[in-house]
Amino acid sequence: MADNATIHPTATAPSSTAANAVALNVRNLSVFFGANHVLKEVSLNVPARAVTAIIGPSGCGKSTFLRALNRMHELVPEARMTGEIRLFGNDIYAPSVEPVLVRRRVGMVFQKSNPFPTMSIAENVTVGLRLNGARDRKLLVERTEQSLRMAALWDEVKDRLNAPAISLSGGQQQRLCIARALAVQPEVLLMDEPASALDPLATSKIEDLILELKKDYTIVIVTHNMQQAARISDFTAFFYLGELVEFDVTTKIFTSPVKKQTEDYVTGRFG
Amino acid sequence: MTASNHRWRKFKNRLMQAVTCLCAILVVTPLVLVFYHLVTSGFSSINWAFFTQLPKPVGESGGGMANAILGTFILLGQAALLGVPIGVFGGVYLSEYGSSRLNWWIRFAADILNGVPSITWGIVVYALLVVPMKGFSALAGGVVLGMMMIPLVMRTTEEVLQLVPNGYREAALALGIAKWRTIVQIVVRTALKGIVTGVLLALARVAGETAPLLFTAFGNRFWTHKLTEPIAAMPLQIFNYAISPYDDWHRQAWAGALVLLLLVLSINIGVRFLTRDRFQRNV
Repeated sequence: MADNATIHPTATAPSSTAANAVALNVRNLSVFFGANHVLKEVSLNVPARAVTAIIGPSGCGKSTFLRALNRMHELVPEARMTGEIRLFGNDIYAPSVEPVLVRRRVGMVFQKSNPFPTMSIAENVTVGLRLNGARDRKLLVERTEQSLRMAALWDEVKDRLNAPAISLSGGQQQRLCIARALAVQPEVLLMDEPASALDPLATSKIEDLILELKKDYTIVIVTHNMQQAARISDFTAFFYLGELVEFDVTTKIFTSPVKKQTEDYVTGRFG
Repeated sequence: MTASNHRWRKFKNRLMQAVTCLCAILVVTPLVLVFYHLVTSGFSSINWAFFTQLPKPVGESGGGMANAILGTFILLGQAALLGVPIGVFGGVYLSEYGSSRLNWWIRFAADILNGVPSITWGIVVYALLVVPMKGFSALAGGVVLGMMMIPLVMRTTEEVLQLVPNGYREAALALGIAKWRTIVQIVVRTALKGIVTGVLLALARVAGETAPLLFTAFGNRFWTHKLTEPIAAMPLQIFNYAISPYDDWHRQAWAGALVLLLLVLSINIGVRFLTRDRFQRNV
């Protein structure tokens, strides 16, 4: 299955990913918004149970790439894509596949924390289950605790699960959003700059959490913060002007990148 | 900069401040005047009979507006049944579905409808319902008020739904929640107070309409037993009494106007109360 065709100078699957199964197999992905060619022929394999960081200057297509992985980019009316994305072997763009079902398997956390203001902390955690038809109270209670524990928020909120979610601090709200995404038990978690609006302490909590979560989940994270990518990711993909420039093991990208552009970017010479 | 220059600038500042303050007072003055006049002229005629009795025949003193008060509520109830669902669903369509081109036309049409003189609405429903049904009716009165509510409710619903941050829609869709569920349970729920506010304000607005009812509900000096009969309404009764030559009726008109104003006022105050919340919501 491992298609090792080298489309870009670096392999789409770095050698050391061989140890990991491939969670997301992206082939020749192009995304257009109207006449705008935003993402150009991107191919890469996202390894399972690892953190893959997407870096690159603003407007390079990082977020579009992330959103294509759970078909969220389709919310833009004139969005169009070509190519193929397989999630553990299943083509997520097959005509018979509903976007809703893809999104249950590939969860997402956004830059701006967005707990639902009309709901309590507990209701926020279980909303994905309840609005998909789960009625079993016992399951919901269990899943609330389990998800909040995974998101390292349980100890802080266990005495006020019925308090409004927006009474939490910014960092807590973001971890609540992570708990909410985890509650539907996705296989992959996409994070779009999840810590860029948080203070350093809250950021380090989110980073610790990501390192903890990768034991069970495949994580793809877009970040503007190079140090953050270096600290938490196993693999790093560098995007520039809609193209995948280089994809490799993180230490390699940050110490001895193959491409000059990558080196310039990670050393802060442009971007 | 010289000292006199500075003084002139300060003077201009004071002057403009005074002008804006005066204008602000002018805005509030009519409400105070109307309210004062209605209370002094109408309050003395408000008594138990006013709320419980039918109008007395010409020449007899006393009586009340019980039928008109109930009639207004019946008309508003019918109007809400027609105007709220269509208006709210239309607003949801404009905000959450729809192509931008079609939406532009719908919005344009709704804004024109909001500006149509109310008597025109009366004539339209007269032609559509009163003529085919061969008579004035409570039903026609409810329909005309409901039709007037539709564009009002639709536009306010759309506006408050647009105030719901897109992040909530995306968060829900990213959880694999279907679009219609996202709209009902997340978007509409977040904006619910705004929608209720819009509905109540639309009701308050049509509660005082007189002209469209002249052609439809017509008015009635007795109780109405069927929706196919003409029905009394407070604005109609006030109108009829006010243009009559009898002092007793004039007093009743003042009282009716006061009660109608209090009704509209209490809806508005109720809206204020509803929109105040323990914790900040988004709309």
